[in-house]
Amino acid sequence: MLLALLALILAMGATMLLQKAFVPKYALDLAGGTTVTLSPVTQSGAAPSQESLDLAVNIIRERVNGHGLADADVAKSGDNIVISVGGAGTDEVVKSVGTTAELRFRQVLAVAAANATPGKLPTAPATPVPSGSPSPTGKGSAKPTAEPSSTAKPAPSGTPAGRALSSALTAPTPAPSASASGASAKPSGKAATPEPSASAPSGQPSGQPSAPTAEDPLAGVDLTGVDPAVATQFQNLDCTKKDPGRGVQDDPGKQIVACSDDGGAKYVLEKAAVKGTEVSGATSGVDSTTGEWIVSVNFKSQGASQFAKITGQITSAPQPRNQLAMVLDGVVISAPVIEEPIPGGQARISGSFTQKTSTDLANELKFGALPLKFVQSSIEEVSGTLGADQLRGGLLAGGIGLILVVFYSLLYYRGLGLVAVASLGVATILTYQAVVLLGHNANFRLSLPHIIGLIVSIGITADSFIVYFERMRDEMKEGRRSLRVAVEVAWVRARRTILIADAVMFIAALVLYFLAVGGVAGFAFAMGLTTLIDIMVVFLFTKPFVAALAKVPFFAKGHKLSGLDAERMSREPADVRTTITQEG
Amino acid sequence: MSRIGVIGRRLYRGEVDIDFVGRYRLWYGLSGFLLVISIAGLVFQGLNLGVEFKGGSVFSFSKPTSSTIQDVRSTVEGAGVHQVIVQEAGPRWRVTTESLPVSEVSRVQKVISDKYKVPGDQVSKQIIGATWGGEVLNKAVIGLIVFMIAIILYLTLAFEWKMALAAVVALIHDLVITAGVYAWSGFEVTPATMLGFLTILGYSLYDAVVVFDMIKEVTAKLGTTAKMTYTQAANNALNHTLIRSLNTSLVAILPVAAILFIGTTLFGAGTLKDLSLALFVGMIVGTYSSLCVATPLLVRLKEREPKYIALAKRLATNKKTAAVEDAPRSGGKGKEPAAAGSAGASPGATASSNGAVAGGKRKKR
Repeated sequence: MLLALLALILAMGATMLLQKAFVPKYALDLAGGTTVTLSPVTQSGAAPSQESLDLAVNIIRERVNGHGLADADVAKSGDNIVISVGGAGTDEVVKSVGTTAELRFRQVLAVAAANATPGKLPTAPATPVPSGSPSPTGKGSAKPTAEPSSTAKPAPSGTPAGRALSSALTAPTPAPSASASGASAKPSGKAATPEPSASAPSGQPSGQPSAPTAEDPLAGVDLTGVDPAVATQFQNLDCTKKDPGRGVQDDPGKQIVACSDDGGAKYVLEKAAVKGTEVSGATSGVDSTTGEWIVSVNFKSQGASQFAKITGQITSAPQPRNQLAMVLDGVVISAPVIEEPIPGGQARISGSFTQKTSTDLANELKFGALPLKFVQSSIEEVSGTLGADQLRGGLLAGGIGLILVVFYSLLYYRGLGLVAVASLGVATILTYQAVVLLGHNANFRLSLPHIIGLIVSIGITADSFIVYFERMRDEMKEGRRSLRVAVEVAWVRARRTILIADAVMFIAALVLYFLAVGGVAGFAFAMGLTTLIDIMVVFLFTKPFVAALAKVPFFAKGHKLSGLDAERMSREPADVRTTITQEG
Repeated sequence: MSRIGVIGRRLYRGEVDIDFVGRYRLWYGLSGFLLVISIAGLVFQGLNLGVEFKGGSVFSFSKPTSSTIQDVRSTVEGAGVHQVIVQEAGPRWRVTTESLPVSEVSRVQKVISDKYKVPGDQVSKQIIGATWGGEVLNKAVIGLIVFMIAIILYLTLAFEWKMALAAVVALIHDLVITAGVYAWSGFEVTPATMLGFLTILGYSLYDAVVVFDMIKEVTAKLGTTAKMTYTQAANNALNHTLIRSLNTSLVAILPVAAILFIGTTLFGAGTLKDLSLALFVGMIVGTYSSLCVATPLLVRLKEREPKYIALAKRLATNKKTAAVEDAPRSGGKGKEPAAAGSAGASPGATASSNGAVAGGKRKKR
């Protein structure tokens, strides 16, 4: 028993040594930093679905990480989202997480590679989109139509472009090749018309990976009808930067520039044609004829007519203006080519989907349709000095509490008190090791509520010893048993009490952990952890230790200082209580 | 002095015999009184809700050597903020204002930082939306209800439903009285206080579990030939665990007292103080209730069981034959067989049987 515990402590100690982890990781209330708690607001007042929350967490995480903030942590806490950022100067975090992610459908006006650096894209240098088209200005294009399947493949399979949008009602689209492969899907319809531009005279990068850097990356991009200011923005936009512009609250009444969600392409987008709130649903599934993954989107009545109108308008437009971009949170998540006008409010997106990418897109469309609004319930910015003060206060309180308990144990239980003190010592070591290791391996951050929970738990741990010791003394008193027998008999009885009492504490901790908000969960975690440690210490340390001591004459013979002496045990015959019991 | 020494020694040896159960009227009266006062406090006085529940902004920064409350207030008011409350929190100023938009907060932070030469990042701030506190409260109430159900189920499995019920009633008793103390004293209620309230749950029950475990053990031996009624057995068990209860409670309260001390002297306000104060009050009430509320209540419930009614009756009859001269009691007992005879003994009749038992006990002394 003792050896098992020793092995555990040594193993944890060795792990700490190996990981060079000796100090717990502190949460922001002790280390300083900003914590923002966002609470979802739904129109019905009902709790939002877990899926939509998960999506919101992902969106916010992308935004926060996009700001390049070190140590940012975005987590779900019940129905809330808690964002923790270490360090000071966090106003931009507060701003970036404050906006609501909304979905819009916008016509693509122009598209280009993410930045001027070629080689960023594995294939088709100029753009991953088949930007090639007989554009009205007669400018050539980089469209490698010659061998569509080999070079024209939109680089990463999940690229928003390179997909086709067709009416779900008329499903397998007239173009037979539409869904045959990711590559051929997009040029179906008009764009695939064997145009002479395959040999574009403009000297555009036409399929060679070694595209000349000197070229203006925007050459060949038609910016007619684009607001000059937006065009400038477009030229300066570099989507390969860490922040692809997430969290931008786009104005549906204006043209915008945006990046694709993988940062591989940049777009100029027309005013919003349909808002995400008009989407009634989106699902992913397998097309029964082609066997490939598709996403089906359904619109509400107003959205359906808006959608029919926009698809009718742009379907005959030249590439890329026949693409309809879906913009979520300022980022293009998909920009399929419109193959035909889509009336009826049902559309399907096909082309180069995997099960995962189609499900992801369907989720984004679905929850973009019901944008979760958040209010900033609480923003807390703790300065480094305040954090340090709180840590000092917490540790001081813990120290004093521990000393008081040790003092009381020794005063009351004398020799036995030493067992209690040693047990508390073991419990403290185990707790510290657990906190450090959890911090380094499970991202556990010690906060002030944790520290308080741990201090309060000193009481619980000590309570277990008291229950056991009192039982032992009962046994010795009543049965006039020898110490060695009393140790065992008392243990059987005390064990049950300790287990039930600890189970009650553990249930309390579990309920609080899963149902509470804010610091409560941290506190409950600490309570649960120490309850488990308490059981471990009592079973693996206190009991074996007492049993070992029972063999030592000092205790077995009941020395005055052992806490088990005859006088304290009241072994004198005139036991008042016994007399009454017999009378009764 | 020597008398106290003797009591202490007897207490230590577990030789005390306090009639907790028999004095249930006293405890019920006392608890009832406290509950009425607490509820009255909650209704008429209300709780002093902290800024976390009302919404608002809080700034906190290290006290510069030459600054007074008035000085700080006028500085912050000068930044265009109304409703400014300045508090001293240990070595820091704590300024509470109405809920400000993020931009305003940054401005106030800058004003403070400029005026008192405190680096901007050393001014802590907190903005709490008006709905936040309500949410915390909601969650706490849901947590409380789920916890009560879980505990009733668990204790029913581990012991029996009557013990579970008695323990939970004692728990509600503790929570209401603790809330009452907050209402009358005007201590600020913050989310940390709620945390304290919730933790009381665990403690209040820990005590009750220790006591009930002993009662279960002692009363398990009560067969038809037992020499004790359930009431007496439970009382014995209670006295037996008295020292244990007091010890565990004291040891649990010591660390809490340490946090309260540090929280009050070093910080003035904040998580440390709010949490430990609620725990401190709740634990004291909890210790009282597990001895004087939970057990008497359990005994009232158990003495209604036919088995224990029969036991009580038999012991009382024995007593009667032993003490024939005791005319009034024999009269009182005359009703008992009737009550017990109608198997589903009505509450009124049971109460009278209990009364008789308690009476017999007192007489015996």
